[in-house]
Amino acid sequence: MSTYEASTEQSVSPAHQRISWPENVGITKVPYSIFSDKEVYEEEQEIIFKGPVWNYLCLEVEIPNPGDIRTTWVGETPIIVTRDQDGKIHAMVNRCAHKGALVCLKEHDNRKSLTCIYHAWNYDLSGKLKSIAFEKGVAGKGGMPSNFNVSDHQLQPLRVSTLYGLVFGTFSDNTCPLEEYIGPKMSVFMKRNLDRPLKVLGRHSQIIHNNWKLYAENVRDSYHATLLHTFYTAFKVNRLDMDGGILLSEQKWHHISYSKRMTHNLDQEYQSANVHSAKYTSTLAAPELIASWEEFDDGITHSIQTIFPNLVIQYTLNSLAIRHFVPRGVDKTELFWLFLGDKNDSDEQEHMRIMQSNLTGAAGLVALEDGCINSFVQRGTKTSPTTSSFVEMGGTVAESNESSRATETSVRGFWHGYRSIMGFNKPL
Amino acid sequence: MNTHNSLDVLNESIPHNTIHTIENFLIKYAYTLDDGLVKEWESFFCDDGLYFVTTFQNEEDKLPIGIIHCQGRGMMSDRITALETANIYEAHRYCHNVTKPQIEFIDSHVFKVRSNFSIYRTMENGHTDLYATGKYLDLIVFSNETPKFKERRVILDSKRVDTLMVVPI
Repeated sequence: MSTYEASTEQSVSPAHQRISWPENVGITKVPYSIFSDKEVYEEEQEIIFKGPVWNYLCLEVEIPNPGDIRTTWVGETPIIVTRDQDGKIHAMVNRCAHKGALVCLKEHDNRKSLTCIYHAWNYDLSGKLKSIAFEKGVAGKGGMPSNFNVSDHQLQPLRVSTLYGLVFGTFSDNTCPLEEYIGPKMSVFMKRNLDRPLKVLGRHSQIIHNNWKLYAENVRDSYHATLLHTFYTAFKVNRLDMDGGILLSEQKWHHISYSKRMTHNLDQEYQSANVHSAKYTSTLAAPELIASWEEFDDGITHSIQTIFPNLVIQYTLNSLAIRHFVPRGVDKTELFWLFLGDKNDSDEQEHMRIMQSNLTGAAGLVALEDGCINSFVQRGTKTSPTTSSFVEMGGTVAESNESSRATETSVRGFWHGYRSIMGFNKPL
Repeated sequence: MNTHNSLDVLNESIPHNTIHTIENFLIKYAYTLDDGLVKEWESFFCDDGLYFVTTFQNEEDKLPIGIIHCQGRGMMSDRITALETANIYEAHRYCHNVTKPQIEFIDSHVFKVRSNFSIYRTMENGHTDLYATGKYLDLIVFSNETPKFKERRVILDSKRVDTLMVVPI
């Protein structure tokens, strides 16, 4: 945890004094103020997103050619990712070194260099300033001071690292190497899903009216999956009684939740709990919706993997997608969906991925509830800052559980990591 | 004769009764959804009809995955069964405004039709917002004088959806 010592010393900020994290309850209670306190939100931008973490930026396949440009965000900070003429990937803040205007406006572009439209300051694809307009003035008048040197100026760079086709960036010099940050357990699974010629099949985004951490919790919460999302349950794609489990990373803030194909036994717990998922008994009129093939021989049919702070890798049947949730304010988040295929897919396989894309996304038959459920929590909690949530399903600690997914262990893992990096760690 | 790219918003090459039937068909579709009669939605489509909601950006990049992709009435009825019995969301209603269509003759029973839409969404708490704008790109087939969608491709102007999309648009 030595990487985080610097940030934990900041625990005397006004926001930290104001947040009353319940004592002696480890990571099983989360004060509701953490989701609506504006100062905490501002601190997260600095301590987390600009701190010692690797932020997901984009896929390498989105910028395949020299001159390709993709804009994105790290926290709320606008970012440019480029591939230069030598094929090297760079990332920098999308903010001109002159007056601070956005340099790139389009999500995708291809340019030989980057030029700010305001005063035509021109940067190379690594973000270094090459030239400025009227540096020597016009007709001998005006111009920059004689000691002005273009090489003193650049777009603020991020360190970049890639793994299995994913591009990550970090602002901090203290961030450990990407492979170490993700860790061996997590990277094996990333390799399984992503280490192949990827192909973008579609994209869209969804505004969800909640703090970004509510989505971070929600996507780690395997307890809710089959209770709220009843489409899966009804069609036996994902039931708690299927073989599956949870893996947490060393620092507990990344996780993998998976389920396996198993002979289905009707679970008595579902029957007696009388949850609404058990009432839904219709069968699909068009079962081709979930037609799938066994792409891997490990039997895993569904997995969700998170990489702290805000990346999700989804593999549902054969539907491979990147979800990137970007904070847009203390109570607003933009969830970006990027659906992927494999360049070697047959037409039939690609068609199955296309049909399965109906399961997730903004209109996902399985998961559309996540578009509103977190806003219900946001609205339910914002007037109760000193009350806390109760996170004890499956125990009180955060550890891997390879026998059951009826647990909130990875939610506790998120809070373990969050409190460590933010310095909310007094009784932890 | 209407060529592929010409703009014929007066639909001068199309018989008046056909224009009338198509316009009524498009308006009836919108009113059916606005009145919450979701069970009737699939009846506007041919048995093997396509309903595809995507974004302008995906359309421009020719990407096959959008937001909703139903091939055939079976997938449409599954979606409606899901929204009535499985999916959880806050109650809301739509108000569609659909523009006068541009109609292109393909053959005596098939017409390519384009119209624009704007859809307001009103939530249970009374909040109304502009939910979506875009264009409908339709292939309408006449069978026994009755029009049906062979294809209804819904191209959203925005790449972003607010909260979720559960009721078709």
